[in-house]
Amino acid sequence: MEVKYISEGGIEQWFKIIVDSGKRVYAPVNARGQVDFKLVKNLGEVASEYIQTTQSVKASVYQKAEVLFSYEKVNGKVELKDFDPESVPETVLWKVHPCDAAGFKPLSAIFNWDTPDKMHNAHLVKTTIVSFSCPASDESCFCSSVNGSPGNTAGSDIQLTMLPDGGAIVEIFTIKGEALIALMPSVFEADKGEDKQKYLAVLPAKFNLEEVNAKLNKAFDSTVWKEQSERCIGCGACAFVCPTCACFDIQEDAHGSKGRRIRCWDACGFGLFTLHTSGHNPREHQSQRWRQRILHKFSYMPERLSVVGCTGCGRCSRACPVDMNILEHITSIAAQ
Amino acid sequence: MSEKNTYLPYLMTIEKVIKEAPGVKTFRLKFQDEAEAEAFEFEAGQFGEYSAFGEGESTFCIASSPTRKGYIECTFRDTGRVTSGLASLEEGSTMGFRGPYGNVFPLDEWKGKNLVFIAGGIALPPMRCVIWNALDLRKNFGDITIVYGAKTVNDLVYKTELKEWSDRPDVRMVTTVDPGGQTADWKGEIGFVPTVVEKVAPSAENTIAIVCGPPIMIKFTFPVLEKLGFRDDQVFTTLENRMKCGVGKCGRCNVGKLYICKDGPVFSKEELNLIPAEEY
Repeated sequence: MEVKYISEGGIEQWFKIIVDSGKRVYAPVNARGQVDFKLVKNLGEVASEYIQTTQSVKASVYQKAEVLFSYEKVNGKVELKDFDPESVPETVLWKVHPCDAAGFKPLSAIFNWDTPDKMHNAHLVKTTIVSFSCPASDESCFCSSVNGSPGNTAGSDIQLTMLPDGGAIVEIFTIKGEALIALMPSVFEADKGEDKQKYLAVLPAKFNLEEVNAKLNKAFDSTVWKEQSERCIGCGACAFVCPTCACFDIQEDAHGSKGRRIRCWDACGFGLFTLHTSGHNPREHQSQRWRQRILHKFSYMPERLSVVGCTGCGRCSRACPVDMNILEHITSIAAQ
Repeated sequence: MSEKNTYLPYLMTIEKVIKEAPGVKTFRLKFQDEAEAEAFEFEAGQFGEYSAFGEGESTFCIASSPTRKGYIECTFRDTGRVTSGLASLEEGSTMGFRGPYGNVFPLDEWKGKNLVFIAGGIALPPMRCVIWNALDLRKNFGDITIVYGAKTVNDLVYKTELKEWSDRPDVRMVTTVDPGGQTADWKGEIGFVPTVVEKVAPSAENTIAIVCGPPIMIKFTFPVLEKLGFRDDQVFTTLENRMKCGVGKCGRCNVGKLYICKDGPVFSKEELNLIPAEEY
């Protein structure tokens, strides 16, 4: 890892050269009061003074609708056209929070645990992640309870920590990160020895992950699932804003002789998710779906994939229309 | 990057269509690519994702035995968008298949043992694969008993094979239909599968029981087997849950921490005891 300093003006020049290099740059943009990752061309478009984007940055790698392959029926035969990794453009994700950068590890763990996922890997390999450490947090944030922190660098190619002078501490972790620096090395100065910790939000852990994990191993038949999910309306918002939710559906998009098979985001909170054709549904009740959501993230994934399915970004709590709060629910399980 | 795309199906030609029962068809499928056909291997118990181009994919077991080379077969009921799309395909048409996925029946470990197959309704297909596999290696096993039931005589699948098994001196074949499902000339049993198993009373000694059927049938057959003296490690079943990917990623077929697509579909009753029954 290498540490450098970049001035405010340097950031502007560097950002411009990144855009001019032809890479797609996604960054948080404030559109009518909602901050979300959008394609940007100028640094001026990038939002400031917000705690969290509504949606995670996940969608830039794990596409909402990924064409797995396309096909055409010709004279009674079928011709397949495979997904082309070369079709994926070079992409820079700018001003990603550490909790979002950390989300790519559980995502990759799910997509690659048994057989490598061609589509996921093609997007990831073309993506450079420039994270910004967090100077502030709110009551929904709990990264420090799930192996993260406001200055966590896991998953980042580069991390910037903003300084009062408008410049930043620049930490460079990977070859992809170095390549981005190499676009304009002149704007990077020697490390000024600033203490990064001074500029980070203070966020003590709110629960003990091992304790929660141990409790969950015995909680399948607990009444807690019903109690906590009684107000859940099964809208799936929590899954769609989550940086680590990966559950998907495979759908067909066909018109005449041509068609595409598409992987689409899905959510374990939906009643149809597990419905059998026969009408039998192993997760008929919302409480069973809520249990699946929590156990998958905090019990099954740690056990099977050695990674927690939560980065503590707090989006699910902020997005929930009925005020379900994952932090409250997890702490109450830990306290049981 | 030459990474393989898991979701890209093999192209298959429907070589033969057999009408099994109302709404139920069997397809015999051949690989269109010879190299793919050569390289393809599977074992009894495994499943795949079958696709009708234009409609999507559905999950069924491979219903033919790995001892029968050169083709695979699937049997399905026409119930939804994909299965009705498949059902409308004729001999000679192209469809998709990807697999084989999942674990297998441990036939090697069952050498020298008696086998009791217990199946209900449309759950005979996964059993048919292992039945033919065992019959094609007949000398490896002791007594072979098959108990198969359906709602009505009309709903019984693989009718010619049921007769073939019934005619074999080395197979004890018991066919049953639910009360009221019989026809005037029905010569088989009348009664639900668990009741008939109790009546047939296969010996548990040195025997493996394989149970496939709707959840309700499995639920009532397990206690009967226990009564007959079968230990949990002598009883096997194959589970089904809704699936999309077949490879442990789409997130919907898990029963507790186990994925039916990866850790199953074949489970011993001993293994089932460790996962929550309400999730299958």
